[in-house]
Amino acid sequence: MDTTVVKTGAEEKTWDGGNKPLRASYGKMMMWFFIVSDALTFSGFLASYGFSRFKFVDAWPIADQVFTHFPFLHGVDAPMYYVAFMTFVLIFSSVTMVLAVDAGHKMEQKKVIFYMFLTIIGGLIFVGSQAWEWATFIKGDYGAVETKGGKIVQFLDTEGERVAIRDFALHIPTERIEHEKKNGLWFQSEPDTVTSFSFEEVKAGFLANEDLLVRIQYKDENGHPIVLSREASIAKIVNDGKLVVEGANLRHNEYGTPLFADFFFFITGFHGFHVFSGVVINIIIFFNVVIGTYQRRGSYEMVEKVGLYWHFVDLVWVFVFTFFYLV
Amino acid sequence: MAHEHKLEIFRGLIKFKSNNTKIWGIFTFLSIITIVEVAFGIVKPELLVDNSFLAMKLLNWVFIILTLVKAYYITWDFMHMRDEVKSLRRAVVWTTIFLLCYLVMILLIEGDYIYEVYKSGFVKFDF
Repeated sequence: MDTTVVKTGAEEKTWDGGNKPLRASYGKMMMWFFIVSDALTFSGFLASYGFSRFKFVDAWPIADQVFTHFPFLHGVDAPMYYVAFMTFVLIFSSVTMVLAVDAGHKMEQKKVIFYMFLTIIGGLIFVGSQAWEWATFIKGDYGAVETKGGKIVQFLDTEGERVAIRDFALHIPTERIEHEKKNGLWFQSEPDTVTSFSFEEVKAGFLANEDLLVRIQYKDENGHPIVLSREASIAKIVNDGKLVVEGANLRHNEYGTPLFADFFFFITGFHGFHVFSGVVINIIIFFNVVIGTYQRRGSYEMVEKVGLYWHFVDLVWVFVFTFFYLV
Repeated sequence: MAHEHKLEIFRGLIKFKSNNTKIWGIFTFLSIITIVEVAFGIVKPELLVDNSFLAMKLLNWVFIILTLVKAYYITWDFMHMRDEVKSLRRAVVWTTIFLLCYLVMILLIEGDYIYEVYKSGFVKFDF
């Protein structure tokens, strides 16, 4: 470095750059700048989530009726256990990161390597879990009917247990004619996803099965979605039903308002992207540690800086976890 | 510089012997909070769900306060905010908290207002 940087001989004087503002190095200060701005971005997202939720506060999906799955446990109702697991993974990877920083202060290269490796593994497990969570959410499980007004109607039996549409929908043999530009409206195209049952099949199955009731999106005063009587259920499906929804995408969501799915994809997606980039940055720094760059430089401050970013990602998840899954 | 750490948490109630043990102590503390949160989320005690304070269920107050506690310890001990000078700490934390409260307040009040408009339906377009 001495050969490339011109020294003025005044580095130690306050007005010549010899002073560190707030006693933090340039790099750490800039990382704090970035973290503050990124924190504001995330709070913008979470606040707008709150805005939309307050707008439809009596019809918003309840998170522990949505995220009830755990890998390899099919059909087991396990609300929130998997998200709790993900939270632990992230907190633990934060711990290994701060241990790496601590080992860096003591110039123990071997320990830094080991702890950074664990951090990277934790980050990968978290991103993988998030991918699984997305896949489960997109696939859906019970299916529902969307009304003409865009509200979601779900099916229950008389005991109040959810019933999947594939369990009662009748098979009505019909030929599905594919939409083509030449024989229809040229600006309309085939729907992106075709559900496994048509609305007519679900309706026929529902009418034939005396034990089925529907649950609407609106909640009673105790916060439980209202279940209609058999007559009201039939009236709801026959008069208002329009299409079958399986799983969730940006336009339809079998668990409730599409906005819930939109915010879920957007906020957890943005957070997952942060975790992903954090893992990439960690890997770069990890290899720098392995080849001994910081040992030769005599300072592991670079590890400390990526550590700040990594903890920030954990910090954001704490808030996402609360406002998406708990509250 | 940052090599010396402040090792006291809970206002000096617990003092750790080394930075290493402090990290594990904080991890234990954060884990306990998370477990409590998840347990509350699954059990949903009637007492906390049925009563509310300032238009919010007590349970949600518990969740939000525990979240802020967690956020405090992540920032203070994992991000070493405890070891930074006071001016840096305030520049980062107060700025963020002020802007955040402002934004959340505006958006939640507005969201609630739109909900009321939808519900009563008296105002058709002017909102």
